Amino acid sequence: MSAGHDHGHDDHDHHDHGDGHDDHSHLGEMDLRVRALETVLTGKGHVDPAALDALIDSYQTRIGPRNGARVVARAWSDPAYLDWLQRDASAAIASLGYTGRQGEHMVAVFNTPAQHHLVVCTLCSCYPWPVLGLPPTWYKSAPYRSRAVRDPRGVLADFGLTLPESTAIRVWDSTAEVRYLVIPQRPAGSEGLDEAQLAGLVSRDSMIGTALARSPAG
Amino acid sequence: MAYTTQADLGGRTGFGAVTPQAEGELFHAGWEPRVLALTLAMGATRAWNIDQSRAARETLSDYAHLSYYRIWLAALTRLLAERGLALPDELAAGQVLHPPLALPRRLAAADVPATLARGSPTLRDGAEPPRFAPGDAVRTCADPPPHHTRLPGYARGKVGRVERRHGVHVFADSHAQGLGEQPQWLYSVVFDGAALFGADARPGLTVAIDAWQSYLEPA
Repeated sequence: MSAGHDHGHDDHDHHDHGDGHDDHSHLGEMDLRVRALETVLTGKGHVDPAALDALIDSYQTRIGPRNGARVVARAWSDPAYLDWLQRDASAAIASLGYTGRQGEHMVAVFNTPAQHHLVVCTLCSCYPWPVLGLPPTWYKSAPYRSRAVRDPRGVLADFGLTLPESTAIRVWDSTAEVRYLVIPQRPAGSEGLDEAQLAGLVSRDSMIGTALARSPAG
Repeated sequence: MAYTTQADLGGRTGFGAVTPQAEGELFHAGWEPRVLALTLAMGATRAWNIDQSRAARETLSDYAHLSYYRIWLAALTRLLAERGLALPDELAAGQVLHPPLALPRRLAAADVPATLARGSPTLRDGAEPPRFAPGDAVRTCADPPPHHTRLPGYARGKVGRVERRHGVHVFADSHAQGLGEQPQWLYSVVFDGAALFGADARPGLTVAIDAWQSYLEPA
């Protein structure tokens, strides 16, 4: 995805050519509204267009779920790191370079055969950005936010996941500024894999709790 | 005046199934990342705080009918207009028509990585000892306050138990009203599913919320 990059700034100042079709005719109403807002805020000196590009680029290239996957892989590989993650997730995650906006205060929760964890924000879309990036659309949607707390097994079924009845489910509703990262169970057959290979088994959804880590065989 | 949030969706029914989405899909239109970036950049000016931003979003009357980034755009536009930072005539014209107001800060491109990496921690030093300890039974307050709050409707007037203390954090309710940080102890409070949803809850379900101390009374 590179939706942010096809909207450069060098074409912001084009004007009508007087033939009834302006340069913006290929753009939708929303593009025009947002462009107008950006033009006004830039013109007033409140935003730096280059900063907007840098913000978008950060979340398209640098801050995403591969960060969280490295945290999980380290936790699976290093008992001392796992212990640190349990005691002080903010510090343990920061030690890998993942800090800041919407992840200032982190708690890691650990799936076991007896207990599965699922994270939601019923009030808005709170999500651990430094380790997972921007939330997916479904996480912000009314179906997920409404049902995750009342019927988590139904939600998991929407993702094709059925857990044993004997597995208890804990739902974490992110109602303050604490952000939750699910550490999925290490899949069978992953012995002997290095951290990079292990990270490849860890999907975004497995760190929200709507999926399990992938099996190396599958 | 009554305060009506449109965003308190937890436990409600009738919204249908969840539609999963591939990991790389971040945006669905070219304007969406610009709205994200404009929102973050304006947040960095400190013209408002994140709780005021959440309040502006959740009180949009057409919230339920808007896609997520349309909600962000509508709230951003509203916050700008309320503060005189960008007025409707300017947005309609697509040009500056009124002199800019002074803001505390402007986010420069070079400062983006450090600003994101720093974030806005809400943990504060607290002089008051905590009222509750892990294991304590607590009852949440029953009545919604006439302002932004972070106690979801489904967890109002319910008995749970404190599981964890998170320290003293900026209190969203006062912060959203422009009344300052008024930090309070914050707790993870866990409820049995049946206590929240009765027979709808399957055995083995527990739900944790993060609750500020003033949301709680001993039970």
